[in-house]
Amino acid sequence: MVAVLDQARAWDAAAAVPDPEVPCVTVADLGILRWVKLRNGVAVAGVSPTYSGCPAVLAIEMAIEAALREAGFDAEIERLLSPPWTTDWITDEGREKLRAYGIAPPVGAAGKGALFSDPVVPCPKCGSTSTEKLSEFGSTACKAQYRCTACAEPFDYFKCI
Amino acid sequence: MAHLALIELADDHLILGHRLSEWCGHAPMLEEDLALPNMALDLIGTARTLYDHAATLEDAGRSEDDLAFLRVEREYRNLLLVERPNGDFAQTMLRQLYFAAFMAPFWHAAQDSSDEVVRGVAGKASKEMAYHIRHAGEWVIRLGDGTEESAERMAEAVEELHRFTDELFESSPEAEATETAGVLPSRDRIRAAWDATIAEVFSQAALEVPEVYPQTGGRAGLHGECLGHLLAEMQYLQRAYPGATW
Ligand SMILES: [Zn+2]
Repeated sequence: MVAVLDQARAWDAAAAVPDPEVPCVTVADLGILRWVKLRNGVAVAGVSPTYSGCPAVLAIEMAIEAALREAGFDAEIERLLSPPWTTDWITDEGREKLRAYGIAPPVGAAGKGALFSDPVVPCPKCGSTSTEKLSEFGSTACKAQYRCTACAEPFDYFKCI
Repeated sequence: MAHLALIELADDHLILGHRLSEWCGHAPMLEEDLALPNMALDLIGTARTLYDHAATLEDAGRSEDDLAFLRVEREYRNLLLVERPNGDFAQTMLRQLYFAAFMAPFWHAAQDSSDEVVRGVAGKASKEMAYHIRHAGEWVIRLGDGTEESAERMAEAVEELHRFTDELFESSPEAEATETAGVLPSRDRIRAAWDATIAEVFSQAALEVPEVYPQTGGRAGLHGECLGHLLAEMQYLQRAYPGATW
């Protein structure tokens, strides 16, 4: 029973860590934090990096480890490459938080896309679907730059991968 | 022996990633100044995991950093294509298209690898390479079917780089052994997918696939002069201050 409670407490501590690049969502919202297990008294967090070269990976792992230690656990990180992280793992709550923050959440399910087809991305400010892509890459690899032609707001789109 | 094939693959990604990073602060527009280093990070991230795995399999006490920073030119096994200088923006985009059009189907097939780490890398990299194809492909079309000058430069890029593409489909003896063992997909079998992507982009870009005399040698460690210059810059710190850490 204590172990179950401890495991839940460890999860809560790790899950509250914000993403360093998109601080409006937590690592749990994004589906980067997969699980927390207690192994021989050590809280082990399974973390799935978003992109191969994501420079935030190390910062995220260190922040989760620090949060677990702060909650009184010996902590370890296990980096999970397979199966690969996908935007399908972003929770509904996470999507809502992204939209409220001004970032359009990924549209549709990850997977097949024709060579040069773009999804219809609704504007996070006014909801209009009259938007256009400005650039495939935004401030980070996981985002593209869009502009709303209805309200003229430029915004980031969290790409669907 | 699998580690040698993984090092070849890692070398391709590291060297191309380094080349792309050279654009940081020099790209023709802000969006590209963000895009190119982001793509470089994808490639370098993939290289790191592959080097790390190769070092584990080799079990000779070498680390991913040793493999990246302490090997000389002749020990590098990357494709000649990826070491080619950036040239102008047309050349950089065409080089990226040639590479990504190969790697996307390669990594897609590698998701069935018998090696767990390769499967993990493949799942991520196949998605990333699909983006690289789109990004580079759109530029090749825009420039090839653009102004008189951009079309001329794009045609020159094809003239300059197409001869390095045959090497994509060649497997070294080490790579062949991993293909037989089901660790990596057969490079030769990627050709149809590559041809189809290039044909689609070239037709929209009003470019012709030229007849060329293929240049190879990278897998045997026989490189152009340009690789030595790249390594001199990339490896400078570890050469000047051996063992330096952050
Ligand atoms: Zn709007």
